[in-house]
Parts: sequence; structure tokens; C-alpha cells
Amino acid sequence: MASNSSGGSSDRQRIAQQRLRIIAGHLQRPVDGDSAILAAECKAQGSKPDTSREEKTVPRRRQEIMKWNGWGYSDSRFLFNKKGQAEFTGKRYRLSGMIIPGLKDWFECTFGASLQHKTPATPLLNSSAVQPPTLNEAFVEELKSTGIPFSQDAEDRVFRAHGHCLHEIFALREGKFGRVPDMVVWPNCHNDVVKIVELASKHNVCLIPYGGGTSVSSALECPPEETRSIVSLDTSQMNRILWVDEKNLTAHVEAGIVGQDLERLLNESGYCTGHEPDSMEFSSLGGWVATRASGMKKNIYGNIEDLVVHIKMVTPQGVIEKSCQGPRMSTGPDIHHFIMGSEGTLGVVTEVTMKIRPMPEYQKYGSVVFPNFEQGVACLREVARQRCAPASIRLMDNEQFKFGHALKPQVSSIFTSFLDGLKKFYITKFKGFDPNRLCVATLLFEGDREKVLQHEKQVYDIAAKFGGLAAGEDNGQRGYMLTFVIAYLRDLGMDYYVIGESFETSVPWDRVLDICRNVKARIVRECKERGVQFPPLSTCRVTQTYDAGACVYFYFAFNYRGLSDPVHVYEQVEHAAREEILANGGSLSHHHGVGKLRKEWMRETVSNVGMGMLKSVKDYVDPNNIFGNRNLL
Amino acid sequence: MTNTYRDSGRAGLVDERQFVDILEERRHSSDLGHALRTFNPHPYQGAAPCSAAELNKAVLEAQYLRYVTKEIAMETGSSVEEVRKEACGILEEMSQNLQLGFIRLMGYTLTKVFKRLFTSIFVNMEGLNMLQQAIQETPVILMPNHRSYVDFLIISYILFTYDIPVPVIAAGIPLAGMKMVGEILRRSGAFFIRRAIGSDKLYWAVLSEYVKAIVRKGYAPMEFYVEGLRSRTLKSLTPKLGMMHMVLEPYFKGEVFDITLVPISISYDRVLEESLLAHELLGVPKPKESTMGLLKASKVLQEDYGTMHVNFGRPLSVRQLCHGKINRCQYNLIPRDLPQKPTAEAQACVSWLAHLMVRIQEEGSLISPWSLMACLLLQAPITVLTEEGLLWQQLTEKTLWLRKLALDYGARLNWSGQAPDSDVMSSAVALHCSIVHRKAGRVYLVQEEELARKRPISLEEGVTRTAAAVLMLASYRNQLLHVFVRPALLATAIHITKSTQRNELFTFFCFLQDLFSYEFIFIPDKLSQDFEEACLLLKKCGAVHISQQEVTLSDMGLEALSFLQALLQPFIDSYQVMFRYLSEEGVNVFTEKQFLPAVRNLATKLILSGELHTYEALSSDTQKNVLSALRRLEAVTKLRASEQNEYKVNKAAVRRTGDILSGKIPPQMLQTTPDARL
Ligand SMILES: Cc1cc2nc3c(=O)[nH]c(=O)nc-3n(C[C@H](O)[C@H](O)[C@H](O)COP(=O)(O)OP(=O)(O)OC[C@H]3O[C@@H](n4cnc5c(N)ncnc54)[C@H](O)[C@@H]3O)c2cc1C
Repeated sequence: MASNSSGGSSDRQRIAQQRLRIIAGHLQRPVDGDSAILAAECKAQGSKPDTSREEKTVPRRRQEIMKWNGWGYSDSRFLFNKKGQAEFTGKRYRLSGMIIPGLKDWFECTFGASLQHKTPATPLLNSSAVQPPTLNEAFVEELKSTGIPFSQDAEDRVFRAHGHCLHEIFALREGKFGRVPDMVVWPNCHNDVVKIVELASKHNVCLIPYGGGTSVSSALECPPEETRSIVSLDTSQMNRILWVDEKNLTAHVEAGIVGQDLERLLNESGYCTGHEPDSMEFSSLGGWVATRASGMKKNIYGNIEDLVVHIKMVTPQGVIEKSCQGPRMSTGPDIHHFIMGSEGTLGVVTEVTMKIRPMPEYQKYGSVVFPNFEQGVACLREVARQRCAPASIRLMDNEQFKFGHALKPQVSSIFTSFLDGLKKFYITKFKGFDPNRLCVATLLFEGDREKVLQHEKQVYDIAAKFGGLAAGEDNGQRGYMLTFVIAYLRDLGMDYYVIGESFETSVPWDRVLDICRNVKARIVRECKERGVQFPPLSTCRVTQTYDAGACVYFYFAFNYRGLSDPVHVYEQVEHAAREEILANGGSLSHHHGVGKLRKEWMRETVSNVGMGMLKSVKDYVDPNNIFGNRNLL
Repeated sequence: MTNTYRDSGRAGLVDERQFVDILEERRHSSDLGHALRTFNPHPYQGAAPCSAAELNKAVLEAQYLRYVTKEIAMETGSSVEEVRKEACGILEEMSQNLQLGFIRLMGYTLTKVFKRLFTSIFVNMEGLNMLQQAIQETPVILMPNHRSYVDFLIISYILFTYDIPVPVIAAGIPLAGMKMVGEILRRSGAFFIRRAIGSDKLYWAVLSEYVKAIVRKGYAPMEFYVEGLRSRTLKSLTPKLGMMHMVLEPYFKGEVFDITLVPISISYDRVLEESLLAHELLGVPKPKESTMGLLKASKVLQEDYGTMHVNFGRPLSVRQLCHGKINRCQYNLIPRDLPQKPTAEAQACVSWLAHLMVRIQEEGSLISPWSLMACLLLQAPITVLTEEGLLWQQLTEKTLWLRKLALDYGARLNWSGQAPDSDVMSSAVALHCSIVHRKAGRVYLVQEEELARKRPISLEEGVTRTAAAVLMLASYRNQLLHVFVRPALLATAIHITKSTQRNELFTFFCFLQDLFSYEFIFIPDKLSQDFEEACLLLKKCGAVHISQQEVTLSDMGLEALSFLQALLQPFIDSYQVMFRYLSEEGVNVFTEKQFLPAVRNLATKLILSGELHTYEALSSDTQKNVLSALRRLEAVTKLRASEQNEYKVNKAAVRRTGDILSGKIPPQMLQTTPDARL
């Protein structure tokens, strides 16, 4: 994640401090401490700039800071410089401004790609290529009278027409736009949303809630068959923490707030939610609720469903919410579970009460190297059995281990020590480890110092039983820091004929190894059968542990030179991989959701009756399909 | 669809260049040198190597076996520990102990034996190369047919010679009982399976875990006979599904990404056991498989057995084969280790695949000129063969005609174009001097002389004597039945029904397939395809015209048509004899032990009275097949309460079956349930 501070201190006792700073992320300007937490009234005066909002990350015009056809901030990207060395631009991240000498070789060897063969993206967004908006005049008229800001600008509309699936970004890079929303509205608060939904219902306008735009399930895509006017309801300006309840350790937050702001603001008063999905720089609280998101540190803090205490959602039938904030209830099926995972099909989540925790006193990274992936999985399984998983524990396979290697920057305290360390490891400790089989687990411990150290020992002891050797803190920390820049790498690949994506599943423990092997092999075989010239990168990691299973991520990328329709090939392979996942007892999704990308498998996933249940809820809550993004069902 | 699994464009005269004679080199270089060659194969890359002891340990510790052990302990009231010990014992009896040293020893011995028995052993290099590749990528199952004890270690021998990992081999337990040999085989990679496992739950569990562990670990290629045993008739046997299921399950359950099946067709010019087998079929008991037995058999080692062909088929991906046939999600909701009955879907898929493999084995086997001649000899009246002699001229002309038909039908003929045809046929007859001899331009059946000389033989003994020779002939005919069986069924249908209506012929064709389903191999679910193929082949040889509705005879193809129909006549006649026996008064409940001699007596009587023209009715194989077919048609039922495997006859049903087969009941009266078999 981006950070203002560039000098890394290796002083371990300052790590907690440092972590704070990492999370304190992207502030363009220093925060005014008091303004962070306020009991604000809704001010629906879009025309007048709101000063209290300036410190927030996401402006209405996202184009001011973000790419229109790639991941993240405009100023941050990977490129190969004139010397052919990879470098990461900007100042926001620890890696910013650094040279990554190993990347080129890895890239060329892994993909058979070459720096000579470029596939640059269309540089500018050509507004004239965007379909003119279909407007519902009556709706627009009435909306104007509410004073809620909106826009019909082509750029604004294009920004809200996609998430970050490969096919979406690929099309943008080629300057192709499909159906895009006809306008964008920016409600400021719950009441604004109520008004918008009422008007939309009245005038039969299609609404698509938009949070951070990080969806990877085609959830934000406008259904091409939709003939009504489509309005993107951008929640980004509903981004305040409305109150913090220190007695019950909860915070009441507007749903449009993005993860980094939420954490930063809470941190300032000594709290955190601990919810850190990899997309937390840009994804929003409402998006998390709508997709049933999962954070890296769920072992301590829980997934989004464990974190929410109360949800308010505006639907065409009215507002749905519970009457109290009891920590658990037996009142029939939990209505929160109709809302969580509804993917914008039922209404707009506007406000959420979330659990908060005091910030951890101490954090410590770690890493373990295993002789092979099998041993690594066995270790994670044992850790889960003993219920002693650290805040985060992730197991990378051998290919990812090598990839991590290739991403070592040239100079940095953290990185150099690792470099030397690793060399030493190879010579001494890892003798007998096959460099083509070994794999690495990264760890993050949190809590009070004493307990962290105790916990650490317990985990390392278990690891030792499975042939695991501790491989240093820096190695672990580096792994987690790369989390936030890896998303930028795909854009680099796309500059040189390489496309790829990751996808995830959850699976019972006894199936983990089988599913990893089979899905990776399936990807390789499918690529070969579809004429992909060079063997693809097909790798995986286990990213979460549960009592009864694990979450597994697959990464898949290939060089598409020689293919006439690479995205189609990509999609066919991903489709086959998903079939393979399901055939191996994996779930349709652990946290990315279904959207439109995976909806063909919904029926077999939840059974006919299950589909009927979901459909009848939709039919009652939104009989006219105002929330017409057509996800899930 | 089938074509995708088979080697296309390879039918016809076999190109000898594809095949390499592996004995050639052995004849020129040191046998010891071969046995001691450096052996450095590329094994399966997907798993770490593991020792025999580790394999056994993994089997005993498997969750599945733990479940079963517990279950059995509960059922029998013994302690888990006792059951576990028993499992250990079973595993000990079963497990192989593959060691390179013994492979070398085996290699040395086999070189000696093979060189003595065979002129050449031909192996297709292309198949070996593909196998070598496949072995590195997935667990591999080698699936040879089994026509002679000689081929038991031939695959290991070849793989050893070409630096490919040698297999572990599923073998019958009697082999294990042979002194020394058992242990040598064990160390050469054999693991031993009891013959009649029946309902021994623990045994099944240990065996299936053992097999699955080998597949999962990619421990070594695994070799097994999908036909279950050595075919005594040289005809393919209905595949056994138990082992096949065990082998496939790791794929079904996602424990491996894929499994490669390699069908292997081993064909002989002449089979060592030919006479032994014929006598077995006639009810002369088979000597126990003992070391002494083998040594005694060493007399057979003096003779010439021509060549042997080992044809490695194209490696087949189970994943591809099973696509759309098995929904692997069915294992998602129950722990995969839990003992469970396979679902109907899984069973159907296993059965389909097993049949397919046998069909591919058939298609990969090489047909010798002698098989063609045997076919034709069998169609001559028996008195011609035993007394007058068949004109050599006539036989050779007809053989050349049949050669063309076989080639048209896509058979792989081992008939080299280099030698003159007459030489080829002469040497075929010379090689089979145990069955026929040629004298003064005529060919005669050889009958066991010594027996005849001792004392005058009874008429019945005379029948048995002739029968032995006929059954030997029949076994060589059987090697090529698969080429002709589909069009032959249609020719028979046309002959019996006298119908020209396509749908009626199809109905009758289905009836015949059903009736002969133990006799010939048909892939389940493919009735209409088989029928289409039959139509096409009959048309190809000019025997019929085919339209939407009709199949009409053409004059040009009468010769082919009558040949094809005559090919099946012995089966039809034999079946009718047994139907007749079962319809007789007094036969109501019987055991197999009673059935076989009784039918044999009846058949002998009928042969002597001139009513029955085929000696094949005397074969216990045919007799057992009839029983199985009738059980399947529910004309005979096994009595459940009975301890001695008693059967009960439904005489009306048997009679009806016989009447359909003789054409008394017209095909319109048959209920068409084309896919009723599935
Ligand atoms: C690089 C990267 C890393 C990621 N890592 C993670 C991760 O670690 N864990 C994880 O869970 N996910 C991850 N994701 C997926 C994605 O970030 C999550 O699905 C996230 O919850 C989406 O939030 P968002 O605010 O961006 O929603 P959007 O993408 O804007 O919308 C997603 C869906 O939710 C609906 N929606 C959005 N806001 C609301 C609202 N207020 N009310 C009703 N419906 C709404 C939208 O209509 C849409 O259907 C990652 C994605 C990327 C690109």
C-alpha cells in the first residue's frame, strides 16, 4: 500500500509505528485530526464544494487521480526504462522510484515475451467513441430539483462502466466501449439515496450502485440488453465516519468510504476495523458488504459478515434495517444475509455499523520456507487444526516464490537484507531443498508483544514439523507490501502481449492439494489446446485458512502473440479452470462474488430451490428490476 | 466418435517398418550385456519416488482403510486391531516388491526363452515413444490383452530394454503359489490378486486402496488385464469392471489430474498353449499352475511359434475419454475416503471405457494369414477335413479372396507383401502342423494319433478327438472375429428374417447383439452406430443396397454374405442345442456343474446322429456364455437361497428366444428397446 514515508527503518520495535504509516497511505495533505470523526448532518448541496471532504482519497472526478484504462493511481505504474530495466514510477509506494533488475529476465523467460514486441494502450479516452446517453428526461428534471450532483460526461460514465476483469481493461486499452451508464449521480448521504431510488422507481430508471469500482466479476458491466436509462449511483462521496462508539467498540460509517480512508481515520483515534482486502486502497465498505468481501487479517478480525453489526439499505420497497444493535439475534433468517452478497441487485447499502478494535500494539512479519508445496499445505492445515493461525498466513507455490524473487528492487534496506539473507540460506540452510520445488509461507502476527512472540514460536514449531525453516521477517514483510503493487503489474504485461488474471475459490482441506494441482494443470492443458504458443504462468497460493478448509488463489497469465482473439482464449481457459474448480469440490467464489461472470453456475451451486428463494426475494424487494445490473440470478 | 480413439490410417497390410524385431539385437549381442544394461528411465514427474515399503505403509494408513476396518470390526465383533492385522496379512500376500536386480534376472531368462520360442518379437516403436512421453506426464495404465502365459512379463521386458519405467503387474494368486517363481515375479513387479474375492469386504478394500495408491502416487506404470484372465478361446473376453473402477477412481475423485490408458495388443502366430486350451474347453481339467507344470511344459519349448507382435496403442487420456460421461462433482458432498457404492453413472462410465479398451485391443491386434485360413477351414464340412481333405488350391484361392475382404473391412493383416502369397500360406500351414497337414494337394485335420493307436476308440471319444482339433482351429478364427462380427450379425439377420426393412433388421440385429453379448465385444450404448457400420460394410463389399427404409440384397455380394453368415452359424447352432436342452422335460433347476456335462452329452449325441454340424457346442466357453446370456435375458435365474449356484429355467422364455433365433417369431413381434441394455 502506498506510503508517504520512503525511508524504511529496520528497527523492529518501530514496526507497529511503521505499519501505521503504511496504512496512513495516500494522504495528499496531512489530516486535520478532529475532522476525521464527526457526527455530520447530510448536506445535499452538490454544487458547493465541501471542504471537509478534501482529505478523502476519492474525488468525484476519479480521472483526476486514477487511470481510465488500468489499475490504480495515474502516477504509479511499472515500465521498462530505456536500459530495459523495470521500474515503478511515482512516490506513493515503498517500491516507488525503484529499479527492479530481475523482472525483465523473469518476464521474458516466463512468458517468452520480448521488450521488442509492444502492445501499447490507446493513450487517451476518446469521448466521441462513447455512445451518447439515453436519458430519461422526467427523471433528470426531478433529480435536478433535489440538488444531488450528477453528470452525463462521457469520461465520468466510462469510469463507471467497468470493474477490473481482464476483458474490461483489455477493451478500454483498445479504446472500445460497450454499453456505459447514461449518467452518474453522487449522493451525499442516506437521504439522497432514498430520493434517488424513489425517483428511479417512479420513472423506471435502472440504477447500478458503484462503490470503488474494483469488482472482478463483471458486476459493474451494464447489461447490453438494458433499454432503460442506466444511472450509476456512485457512493464515493458518502464517505464519513458518522460516529464511533467506544463503549461497544463499533463505528457507524457511510458505505462509500474506501478502505484506506476508513483505516486511516480510525487509526487516528487508535482504532481499526482490521478489514484489509488487497483492494482496500480503492474498494468501499458498501462494495464489501455487497460482495461478501474478505480481508487479509480475517483470522483476527473476521470477514465482512463477522464485522458488520448493523446495515442500512435503501430498496425500491423502502429502507431495510434491524431495530437494534444486539451482537447476535435469533429472529428468523438473518436479513443481513439477504443484503450481504446481493451485489447491487436489491438496493444501495448506505450506512453500516462495524466492529472496531484498538490498534494492535505490536506487529511482526515472518516467513517460512518449505521443501515443497505439499509440506506447506500440511503445515497450514495443522495450524488451522490447532486454531493458531496468525493474523495472516499465506502459502505461495514455487512459481510464485520465484516471481517474488524477480520483484526484488535494487536498493532498499528491507530488500537488501533479504537478498543477502537468501543467498546465505541457499548455501547453508536450504541445502537439500530443491529450488524448483520449495515454496514459502508469509506470516503476519498482531497483538501485544508478549503474545505475538509466543504465538510466533508456536507457529514456527509447527512449521518445523513439516520441514519448514524460518526465512526471516523481511521476506514476509516484503511479500505483504508487494500485495498492493502487484495489481499494477498486469498493466505492464499488457504492454507486451501478456494478459492474465487471478481467481479464487474455497475448498475443504483434504482437497487443497488436488485442486491446486488439477486447476494449474488444466490451465496449462487448455492453453496448449487453444494454440497459446508459450506455456502459461499457472500458479497458486493458499491465502486463508479456516477450520474446515482454505481459500485458494490461482494466477494465470500468458503471452498471446499469434492469437487473433486473445481475450476469448483467456475467457475460455478461465471458464475451463472454473469448471475444474467445481469438479474438484471448490466453491464458485470465496469472496470475489458471482456478478455476471460466474452466474451460469449459480443454479448448480445453490440448487433450484435456492435459486427460487433468491429470486423471490428479488421479486419482492425490486419487482421492477430498478437495480437492474443482472448480477447473480 | 470412436475414430478419435483409434489409430486411423493404419489398417491394412502392416508396414513392417513400424515394427522392430527386438530379438534381432539379442541374437547378435550378449544376453548378459542386455540384462546388465544401464537402466535410467524418466519416471512420472508429478510425484516424488516412493519405495515398496512406503507404498504399503501409505495403504495401511489410508483413511479409507480405516473406515472399512472399523466397519468390519463393528460387524464381526472383532477388535479394530485384529481386523487391521488381517488387512496387513492381505497386503503382505498381495504386494509387489519391484527390484531392478530381479528385472535384470528376468530379462536374462526371458531373452533365452524368447529366442528359443519365437523367430521374432515385433514391437511398434512409435507406440513405445508415445508411451515414454506419457509416462512422464501422468500415471499410466498398461492394458494388454492376455492370450498366453508367455506374455506375462513381455511388457516389462520391452520397457526395460527401452529404458522406460517397468510396471507393477496385477497377477492371479496361483502364480504367487509357485515356489520361487512367485517370489521372482513379486520382485519383478507382480502383485497378486485372489481369484474369487466374492464378498470379502476387507480384501476388496485392501486391494482397491493398494491399486489406487499406486495410481495416485504414480508409483510405476500399472499393468493389468482388463479381460480379467487369459482368454482360453483367443477371443476377447467381456471386460471385468472391478479393477478398472479402482484404476479410474483416482481420476473421478480428482486425486490425479489425468490418467493415461495404453491399450496393448499382443498377437501370436501360434499360441503355446493351443492344445492345452482346447482340452480345457472340452472338460479335460487344467493342470494346476505349479513350477513342475511349467517345467513339464518345457517340451513345448522345443517347438517353433513363429512371431509375436506387441502393438502399443496410442496413449489415451481418461480425462478426455470421460468428458461428459462423468460428473466429478458427485464426490463433493461426501468424504472421498468413505466407502461407498459407485453411482450408476460411474459404473456406466467404467463399463463403457473397459469395453472400449477391449475393442481397441482388438483393432490393434495383428491378424495372421493363418487366421484367415482357419476361418475358411471351419466352414468346410467336417468330413472333408477329416476324410477327403480340402483342396489346397481351393483353400488358397478362397484365402486370397478373404484377405481382400478383411482388408476392405479395415483389418490389420500381418501378411508381408514381399514373399509370394503361396509361400505365405504354405508356411502358415507348416507352422500349424499340430492342427493341419498338407498331403498331395489337400489339407487334412490332424487328430491325436497316439491316443488312437492304444486301443480302438469309442464313437464319443472320436467326437472329442475331432473336437479338440476343431476348437484349436476355432481359436485362430476367433482372432479375427472382431473384424467381421458386425456385418456378420447383419448378414445373419437378413438370412434369418428374410426381411428387407431396415427397422426390422435393426431390431433383429439388436436381439443378436444382446444374445451374443458374452460372445463378442460390443461397446455399450452404440447399437445404432454398430448397425450403421454393419450396413456400410455390407454395402462396401457389394452385398446390399441401402436406402432410408430398406436393405436389399445384391447378387454381387452373395459370396461375402454367405461367408459372413456361415461365420456365425456355429454359434447359432450351439446356442440352439442348449436352448433345446433347457426346454426338455425334467430340466428345471440345475447347477453349472450339471449343466456342462449334460449339454456336452446332448451335443455329442446330436453330432453323431448328424443333426448338429458344429463341434463348438462342446466348448465349455460357449456353454457358459449361453448361461450368462440367458440370465441376462432373464430366461434363467440364479436361485438366491441356493448355496451351489443353482439356476432355474423359465422354459417359455428359453423357447421364445430359440424361436426368435430360428426366425419362427418374426422381428415385427419383437419389442424394440434399442438401448434396453443400458
Ligand atoms: C487488485 C484487487 C484485489 C482484490 N482483493 C480483494 C480481497 O482481498 N478481498 C476481497 O474480498 N475482494 C477483493 N477484490 C475484489 C473487490 O475489491 C471486492 O469485491 C470489493 O468488495 C468490491 O468493492 P467496491 O467498492 O470496489 O465495489 P464495486 O466494484 O464498485 O461494486 C461491486 C458490486 O457491489 C455493488 N455495490 C457497490 N457498492 C454498493 C453499495 N453501497 N450498495 C449496494 N451495492 C453496492 C455494485 O453494484 C457491484 O455489483 C479485489 C479486487 C482487485 C481488483
